[in-house]
Amino acid sequence: MTAQMQGWLRDDGRKGIRNVVLVAYLVECAHHVCTRIARPFDESEVQVIGFSGCFPSDYGQQMMEALCTHPNVGAVQLVSLGCENFKKRRLAEVIEASGRPVNLVTIQSEGGSQTSIEAGQGWVRAQLANLAAQPKVPMAVSELVVGTICGGSDATSGIAGNPAAGVAFDRLVAEGATCIFEETGELIGCEHIMADRVANPDLRPQIIATVEKAAHYYAAMGYGSFSNGNAEGGLSSIEEKSLGAYAKSGSSAIQGIVRPAQRPANGGLWLLDVVPDGEPRFGFPNINDSAEIIELIACGAHAVIFVTGRGSVVGSAISPVLKVCANPDTYSRMREDMDVNAGRILHGHASIAEVGEEIRDQLVALGLGSRSRSEQLGHAEFVLTYKTPVSQQPGCHPGG
Amino acid sequence: MSRDDPRLIRLANEDNIVVLGATIHTGETVLVDGELITVPQTLGMGHKIASRAIHTDEDILKYGMPIGFAACDIARGEHVHLHNLTSRYTPIEIMETQA
Repeated sequence: MTAQMQGWLRDDGRKGIRNVVLVAYLVECAHHVCTRIARPFDESEVQVIGFSGCFPSDYGQQMMEALCTHPNVGAVQLVSLGCENFKKRRLAEVIEASGRPVNLVTIQSEGGSQTSIEAGQGWVRAQLANLAAQPKVPMAVSELVVGTICGGSDATSGIAGNPAAGVAFDRLVAEGATCIFEETGELIGCEHIMADRVANPDLRPQIIATVEKAAHYYAAMGYGSFSNGNAEGGLSSIEEKSLGAYAKSGSSAIQGIVRPAQRPANGGLWLLDVVPDGEPRFGFPNINDSAEIIELIACGAHAVIFVTGRGSVVGSAISPVLKVCANPDTYSRMREDMDVNAGRILHGHASIAEVGEEIRDQLVALGLGSRSRSEQLGHAEFVLTYKTPVSQQPGCHPGG
Repeated sequence: MSRDDPRLIRLANEDNIVVLGATIHTGETVLVDGELITVPQTLGMGHKIASRAIHTDEDILKYGMPIGFAACDIARGEHVHLHNLTSRYTPIEIMETQA
């Protein structure tokens, strides 16, 4: 049995494994001031997030509200230019109602850049002193929410990294945790297999519709699914390729579908549908790995398992990213960025089950005070763009 | 004790293929499900060989799930790829190999 995790208890009953101060810009014009507010502090304590656009965005608002009240967040410094369309007072009210300290600096009324930077830094410094004194409480594995994605993939991802991540997911689900997988655009061809794994038969048509929607959306973006390179790497069909990505989800029953910024209603395995409804607008659903990671975090993920073959280095604001490297050559070249060497599976030095167990253990260790490689290196990437907001669907299970 | 060469990955017990974790060269012998098989052609990491005889129209299982069906009878140890596996999803064209 592993040692007891510790977390910070929030008013909504959730617990955080980190206690960061966010400095959040509400339009790009306030981004620089936020960067300067955060500059004297370490990324493990103070992180910059924000919504760049000036036009109103319900999606941006939902995401920012979910992120600023994430259990890993202890306090929030909001920075507004003053004339942007973001509903900043509503965001401040939501944060305050969550029991977190919040401070709003509006550059146009504060007096300008330098005055705002000094005001923000003073407030952040005071918060750090308060947060350092906050006690932690015991936290069970069943209280964890974990996401998974893969990026910088190669032929090793589907045969070593993703199956091992799937074993970790199965272990965590068995311990009562909540696990979220996504990338419906890469699950084309296995929607019927996935639909056979639902906990509730009502979900079957929703799962299939979700993947069909993704196929339609990516086709409209001019994005193909099966390439010559895939075949050269040994993949023989689209369903084989998709099953390689799908392997990250393990073998537990699927409880339901969540949309960005919605929280799963209970423990178990959940599918995050990142593709907007309706005709494509605003471009690709997620423009890069960091945008996908932040949507998992907006659904409440305390940590994200990131499987890579070619060697991604990203981390994220708010929640630690645990890097699982499937390619042994990449691992030996880039070990400073990697937490788990799943490449041992290819050399016959470890089984998929053994590496899955190691991923589970390292994930739990993040709640015992250990820091992932990307955290140690100061990675705190953040990407949030425009997207069609979610329309509530009957049968889905939006969180609180 | 494993009945497979350590360079072979068995993703699920019910699979009828194993995946190469490393390049295996023409003429090398590998243990597949307890039987020594001579590999007829050099195959790279990520490629598959049949871990038992697979009959025409039988599902080919990887991760314990169908990735297509056998277009012809496939012998144990034989390379399983575009030439003898047909997708049940949308058929994909046989692509030109890169020069």
